[in-house]
Amino acid sequence: MRSFNVFNSLVVTAITASILAVTSAQASGVVNVYSARKEALIKPLLDQFSDTTGIKVNLITGKADALLKRLQVEGSATPADLFITVDAGRLHRAKEAGVLKPVSMPLLEETIPKELRDDAGYWYGLTLRARPIIYAKDRVTPSDLSTYEALAEAQWSGRLCLRSSQSVYNQSLVAATIDALGASNTQSWMEGMVKNLAKAPSGGDTDQLKALAAGVCDVTIVNTYYLGRMINSSKQADQNVASKVAVFWPNQTGSGALSRGAHFNVSGAGFTKYGKHLKQAQALLEYLASESAQAWYAEINNEYPVVEGVEISSALKSFGAYKMDSIDLEILGQNNRQAAQLMDRAGWR
Amino acid sequence: MFKRHGLSVFAVVIAAFISLPVIVILSYLFKAEGVLWQHLLDTVLSDYLINSLLLMLGVGTGVLMLGVPTAWLTSMCSFPGRRWLSWAVLLPMAMPAYIIAYTYTGLLDFAGPIQTWIRDLTGLGYGDYWFFEIRSLGGAIVMMSLVLYPYVYLMARAAFLEQSVSSIEVGCSLGYSRWRAMWSLALPMARPAIIAGLSLALMETLADYGTVQYFGVSTFTTGIFRTFYGYGDTAAAAQLAASLLAFVMLLILLERYSRRRARYHSASESKARADLIPLMGRNAVIAVSVCLAPLMFGFIIPATQLLFWAVFEAEPLGWEFVSLAWNSFSLAFVAAIIAATLAIILSYARRNRPIKPVRTLIAMAGFGYALPGTIIAIGVLIPLAWLDHSLIALFERFGWHSPGLILSGSLVALLFAYTVRFLAVALGSVHSGLEKIKPSLDHAGRSMGHSPWAIISKIHVPLMRSSILTAVLIVFVDVLKELPATLILRPFNFNTMAVRAYELASDERLVDAAPASIMIVLVGLIPVLMLHGSIAHRRPQ
Repeated sequence: MRSFNVFNSLVVTAITASILAVTSAQASGVVNVYSARKEALIKPLLDQFSDTTGIKVNLITGKADALLKRLQVEGSATPADLFITVDAGRLHRAKEAGVLKPVSMPLLEETIPKELRDDAGYWYGLTLRARPIIYAKDRVTPSDLSTYEALAEAQWSGRLCLRSSQSVYNQSLVAATIDALGASNTQSWMEGMVKNLAKAPSGGDTDQLKALAAGVCDVTIVNTYYLGRMINSSKQADQNVASKVAVFWPNQTGSGALSRGAHFNVSGAGFTKYGKHLKQAQALLEYLASESAQAWYAEINNEYPVVEGVEISSALKSFGAYKMDSIDLEILGQNNRQAAQLMDRAGWR
Repeated sequence: MFKRHGLSVFAVVIAAFISLPVIVILSYLFKAEGVLWQHLLDTVLSDYLINSLLLMLGVGTGVLMLGVPTAWLTSMCSFPGRRWLSWAVLLPMAMPAYIIAYTYTGLLDFAGPIQTWIRDLTGLGYGDYWFFEIRSLGGAIVMMSLVLYPYVYLMARAAFLEQSVSSIEVGCSLGYSRWRAMWSLALPMARPAIIAGLSLALMETLADYGTVQYFGVSTFTTGIFRTFYGYGDTAAAAQLAASLLAFVMLLILLERYSRRRARYHSASESKARADLIPLMGRNAVIAVSVCLAPLMFGFIIPATQLLFWAVFEAEPLGWEFVSLAWNSFSLAFVAAIIAATLAIILSYARRNRPIKPVRTLIAMAGFGYALPGTIIAIGVLIPLAWLDHSLIALFERFGWHSPGLILSGSLVALLFAYTVRFLAVALGSVHSGLEKIKPSLDHAGRSMGHSPWAIISKIHVPLMRSSILTAVLIVFVDVLKELPATLILRPFNFNTMAVRAYELASDERLVDAAPASIMIVLVGLIPVLMLHGSIAHRRPQ
């Protein structure tokens, strides 16, 4: 009979846990968050927020599109108040799917630049992430580099590493390029890059950096915070990789679209259409855009603040000054599908 | 008579409920949306298909080559170390495919210790020497074969052990050599079991996303995710998933057709211990190596690497691991009990009244295994959320406080998803156990005046015990390793070890993911070892 008792208690715990999870999500003084940001990169801030305001934060993390689907299916009964995700394309998709509502936040409208938030207030950018060119210091001199477009030139044949086209970071880079160059130029640019690949796309951004350090290829396109993390790592192997590569800010000079600036994207948040704790959610969003939270992101994950005047980490400083592509980030969302299809056509796996 | 009908009706209701998510996905087939399909057809679909077929072919060959010889050697031959090897070769089962893939990549990648060492030693640069490219179709085949062969081993070994010794002895007395007897008698007799194990491994292969995505191999499943995540197109993703399902149905039908009317009851009840074939000298060395190799590559090497990372390099997990382990363990346990219970009910219903609607629905209920967890999760969310909304409307009509999402927003959704995803595993095991109980045993029992319940409790339960235990344990291990459905469906503030390992790994912190990964492996070892016990007792050793 003993095993039966163990089973009973397991069932009871499972059921109570699920009831608790549901009811606690609906009590007052809470805010419920669906986050596509990983727990490690959001929970410490949420805990600080709870400590200072007394508002409890309930959290589910997951992949952006899965959470979006969950929001859609839950409809008016959703417990979620705030949807946090990375990539403007995803924020746009959430807006299009009708799961967000516009909320005016005067304070944020003042501090966050216009192109980094939705015009109507459906979503607000919270951190900036740069995706410049990164090169192997011993085999490339910065004067060899100029623009993203130039990576399609024959001199990079067999010297380029790219992450797969499944990565939304690459999709957004292509979406921005479509806006700058038009679809057919973008496709031939990608075809040129695919020809130059040293190996078939695989792995994440970190793997591309490791490939540079190991001599597999000489240039790549990677989000800077991955490099920042390796610079700050306590592991010797990571530091070795970081010491062999450097950031190049592309598309800084020249004429027309060629000088549009380096590709940037945001992580951000929007209010869910059927959220029941608007006040608390507003308080949380303001907290995430506050100076201390912005500094935390810069320090812990090497993302650039969206609010001006916030101190950035030494790793970020070491990457130098840059001009940022000032494209309205909504366009990344609008062009996303076309971008993914062009990538398929160009043979970017 | 009523009882038999009652059971059928009950089973049909259960099976229909479990099939609901699969039906939801299939229903997308009727929603016309041609634009994206045309694009996929024009560009990537043929790659997806070819890669998926090659992957299945490769993994299928791999699991048979690893699973059947090990099962044969450990159940029919005697050689030094046979006893401990017979359970040790099961250990890779505790290793999730995505984790073994991360681990071997860390070891064998161009930036890993082995290639770095080669370069330091020889002074060569990348590309100057040949080295196995782990991130490739071949790499994915090897990784998945290494962790999936235990399904074949398990089923094949159980079949070999339960085979009546007398069939083999008759074969030998008719002039067959031992090896010939194996080839012409034991193997064909074990065929349903081997096929069952193989189809589990292949369905798991088709549903895999983590490994192929990490290796950059575009398969049909990565295509489904690409349409879902990349294009945000649920309908087209569901249509792709439905085509995958149709393919699996076709395979299963083909297999059924190929064995048509063959029955695999053992003619004799003789469980007398067969004389093991003694292997000496060179043969013994070969036997030990055959069993040791999959154990080495499927468990010892990756587990050692994980342990090394976890102890020396990763950020420690802290006390949080207690709640993570408890969440994983209790979920897996409850899901395993539910799946096994339902499998028993369904198998009995099928046995008692093998009529078409019952058989079809039960088959439908098992198809969840071939679908990726994310797709299952969507199929689960849609009907449960609909139920929730109906409940809320009902409550509002009576003026009561809204209950919220008590089904789709709670662990109910998760347990439902696990049942849908893994029922096939439990069904396979319970069904094969039940199939071995000859109908004549029931007739005998009934002729002696026993009630149907007495027949079940006195005859079936003792004979079925190990099959049921096997079902519980396999589902337990599978749920423990499950990731995508857990990620989408879990309630607020609820994490499991697999979720934690995934979050760190997908944030490209492979080394930091090691503590959670090694925990999954360690907790998974418990049921895997019990699994061995449950089979070993089928025949006196």
